[in-house]
Amino acid sequence: MKQQRKAVALISGGLDSMLAVKVIQEQGIHVEGINFFTGFCVEGHTHAVRKKHQDKQKRNNALWVAEQLGIKLHIVDVVEEYKDILLNPAHGYGKNVNPCLDCKTFMVKKAVQWIKEHNFDFIITGEVVGQRPMSQRRETMPVVAKESGGNDLLVRPLSAKQLPETLPEREGWLDREKLYDFSGRTRKPQMALAAKFGFKDYAQPAGGCCMLTDENYAIKLQDMWHNRPSRDYELDDIIMLKMGRHFRLAPHLKLIIGREEGENRFMQGYKNQFMSIYPTSHPGALCLVDGEFKSDEERDQALALVARYSQGKNDPQVKLVIRQSTGEEQEYSISPMLPDDINKDWLI
Amino acid sequence: MSADQHKEPCYVDARRLLCPLPVIRAQDAVAKLSTGDRLVVTSTDPGAKADIPAWCRINGHEVLDIVEQDNEIIITVQVNHEQ
Repeated sequence: MKQQRKAVALISGGLDSMLAVKVIQEQGIHVEGINFFTGFCVEGHTHAVRKKHQDKQKRNNALWVAEQLGIKLHIVDVVEEYKDILLNPAHGYGKNVNPCLDCKTFMVKKAVQWIKEHNFDFIITGEVVGQRPMSQRRETMPVVAKESGGNDLLVRPLSAKQLPETLPEREGWLDREKLYDFSGRTRKPQMALAAKFGFKDYAQPAGGCCMLTDENYAIKLQDMWHNRPSRDYELDDIIMLKMGRHFRLAPHLKLIIGREEGENRFMQGYKNQFMSIYPTSHPGALCLVDGEFKSDEERDQALALVARYSQGKNDPQVKLVIRQSTGEEQEYSISPMLPDDINKDWLI
Repeated sequence: MSADQHKEPCYVDARRLLCPLPVIRAQDAVAKLSTGDRLVVTSTDPGAKADIPAWCRINGHEVLDIVEQDNEIIITVQVNHEQ
C-alpha cells in the first residue's frame, strides 16, 4: 500500500500559503499548518482593541485559512528566539526593520525541526519567485533553502517550476507538472488560481503580515532602541508600540496616550508596569509613562499634554492623577497645553 | 454526563494578551490535558471569541460555553484528542 506522505505548510494567513496548501492537497498529500508567532504579526483584531476598527473582521487569518482548507494548525510562540533574528540579522534589514531573509530562514529551520519531531516528509511555503524584494528573490530563495537546512525538502508549489527539483518531486510523491511557475510581483496568477479553487474570501495585507515592514511601526521601534541602553525588548514593549500616540519628550521619557476608549481600556492593564496619568475632572485619555520625570517641569509638561487630550482641553484647568506603578497616586491641577505648544518633533 | 465533568477544569488566564496568544496559551494547556478534561480560558481580546472556537473546530475540541462579563470573555472547552 502506498505510504501516505505528509507535509507541513508555513501558514501566514495570506492567499499564497493558502494556495500552496491546496495545490499540494490536490496531489493527495496530508497537510498540516504551522504558524509562528513572533510578536510582530499583523492581525485584524490586534486592532480590535480600537473601537474605530470594530467593523473589521475579528479573526486570526492563519486559523481561518486552516479551517477553510480543513487542516490542523499548530501555532508556535517564537517570541524569545525571534529576538536574535531581529536584533542580529546576518543578511541585514529591508526597507524598514524587516529582517525578511533571516526571518524566512529561521521559520523554515523551525519547520525542519518540526517535521523531524512529528515524522512528516517535507515542508511547503507559499513563496513566489520575485514576489518580495528581500526573501523572495530568485537569488535568495536558494539561500533560505540552504541556510535553513530545508534543502530539497522545501517545496514552493507556486514557483516550483522556476526552481530546482525537490526530493518529493524526484521521489514521485509530487507531480512536478501539477505544480506552478509563478514569478514576479503580479498577483494575477494567484487570483486566477484562487478563482479556480473557489476561494472568494482571503486576506492580502499590503506589505505582508509583519509589523516590521510598516514604516510607522519601524520608526517607533527604532526610537525605542535609540533611547534605551540596550536594544533588547520584551513582548509588552512591542505590543505597546502598536497602542496610542507616542510622544518622545526626552531620551528618558516617552508618553503613550490612548487614542480612544478601546485603547484606554487595554492600556489600563499596564498600570502596574508603567507610571500612568489620567484626568479626574474631565473624561479623557489614559497616558502610560515610559521612563521617569527628572524635574517638575517635565512632570508638568506631561500633565499639560495629557490634559490636552481630555475633554477639558479648552478649560482653564484640568485635574489629573499621576499613579505610580506601585499604586500611589497624587492629584495635580494644570492648564492644558495649547496646540501651538506641542512640539511636532515629540510625536513619533 | 461523563465522569470527567466532575473533574476540576484547568484554568488559563489569557487576560491582556492579544491574539494569537490566548489561542497559544489554550493550545499549550490542551496538550497537557486528556480527552474529556475541561479548559476555561479567560481573555480580554475580543478576537478570542472567534479564534479559540476556530482553533477548537480544526483540532476537534468542543466549545461548551462562551460568557462575556466585565470586558472579559470566558470560554470553556472540552478536550478531545481522539481523532
